[in-house]
Amino acid sequence: MNFLSIFDVIGPNMIGPSSSHTAGAVAIALSARKMFGGEITRVTFTLYGSFAKTYKGHGTDKALLGGILGFSTDDERIRDAFELANEMGVEYKFHIDEETVTNHPNTADILLENENGHKLFVRGESIGGGKMKIVRINNVNVEFTGEYSTLIVQQIDKPGVVAHITQCLSLHNINIAFMRLFRESKGTAAFTVVESDQPIPRDILQYIKINPNVQDLMLIEM
Amino acid sequence: MDFYNGQVLLDLCNSENMPISAVMKEREITEGTLTSEEVDAKLVTVLNIMKDSSHKPIEKPGKSIGGLIGGEAKKVNDFGKTSVSVAGDMLSKAMSYSMAVLEVNASMGLIVAAPTAGSSGVVPGVLMALKEEKGLSDEILYKGLLNAGAVGYLLMRNASVSGAEAGCQAEVGAASAMAASAVVEIMGGTPEQCLAAASLSISNLLGLVCDPIAGLVESPCQSRNAVGVANAITSAELALAGVIHPIPFDEMAEAMYRVGKSLPFELRETAMGGCAGTPTGCALGCNICGK
Repeated sequence: MNFLSIFDVIGPNMIGPSSSHTAGAVAIALSARKMFGGEITRVTFTLYGSFAKTYKGHGTDKALLGGILGFSTDDERIRDAFELANEMGVEYKFHIDEETVTNHPNTADILLENENGHKLFVRGESIGGGKMKIVRINNVNVEFTGEYSTLIVQQIDKPGVVAHITQCLSLHNINIAFMRLFRESKGTAAFTVVESDQPIPRDILQYIKINPNVQDLMLIEM
Repeated sequence: MDFYNGQVLLDLCNSENMPISAVMKEREITEGTLTSEEVDAKLVTVLNIMKDSSHKPIEKPGKSIGGLIGGEAKKVNDFGKTSVSVAGDMLSKAMSYSMAVLEVNASMGLIVAAPTAGSSGVVPGVLMALKEEKGLSDEILYKGLLNAGAVGYLLMRNASVSGAEAGCQAEVGAASAMAASAVVEIMGGTPEQCLAAASLSISNLLGLVCDPIAGLVESPCQSRNAVGVANAITSAELALAGVIHPIPFDEMAEAMYRVGKSLPFELRETAMGGCAGTPTGCALGCNICGK
């Protein structure tokens, strides 16, 4: 069992009204923003299940957009996320899908885009108490919580890539807490997700990039 | 220093001659990732948010997103100052402060989940009222928060604090137990009396269902927080007077969990039963969700 801190009990400090429908939604979107890594000009959300049914009364839409704008779960600007997105030049759209059945009732899809045509698709689940899981990146099913420093490597599924990644981490003295490989199918697009309980320095990315089978890198810093 | 149930906690308090708050802080430092200074700094933040959220809507009431609540805290606070108030200063203040936190929460304001957003009014409501009535310093309140955190941790670990899993008894019931135990330590009670107060609190709300109208954290959540406050104050008073609950805290936590597990699905945060399932509750739900 993970250590339960007093601040898991008396906490989180959060914008209400609901840890799962508000705080968890912020956390999903904030992780998506960090994964995208640059300026976001357009975002499209799709809400499923309980998110689709009760988003208005829980402010789930503002929470998701707030996370995209870089607000954390205790940021009072979340309430004004629509106005602030307009000011910051972020276009946003919400689709409400009550038909599709997802694995978890509180599920949101986020499609991020910038002016250069760079796109990233992320699916997240809000699993209760403000905690969340990212369960899909583009077409690949993944699973991580965003509670650790997380390195996500998009790669071609070929031998030697994982060894290269672990060697780079080891040379930088990074201790791996969890590491998993996810792929669409054999030999196609794959993601390696590395979670560490110490900060992963950004300059490590340039070393990992050297491998020709590494296509893209994302870093969720704590 | 760690503990996994109430008995081990009491044994530690007695062998180390420490109050529950001190054992909880020691546990956080030795078992967790924070330093003593970091724990203190986080407690300051928590208390500041609690102070703000329990007072703001009394000065400036606003409407909730769902529109079911807004302005109740001010009403109760104003009424408490009149000669026809029946609650007395401590209870009246604690009720209005707890209801204020729920108003802040329901209007997308900043609160501390304690242990959840739906029950976030009870601990600050009781502590803020006690601070005013007894002239307490913030330093004493930090100890109260640590004590409440110990009880909440045990319930989270060994039972549940989720309405979806175990009903409102697990949310407002747990929050009452946390607040009651904190009050007992603050007022000089023993660790045994703290856990007796927590046991009393849980048993008083045993079986309480989670039935939010329209699925929103508004009604009956807000008035349940006022009841949670009354329950905490009652339980603390009983324990301080030397009334012992026959059922030890650990057994009571397990009983609460079992009762919660045996609650039907409709009465666990699904907005299908209880208040939410009444004709009026359903109609309000349809109006809010626009169907």
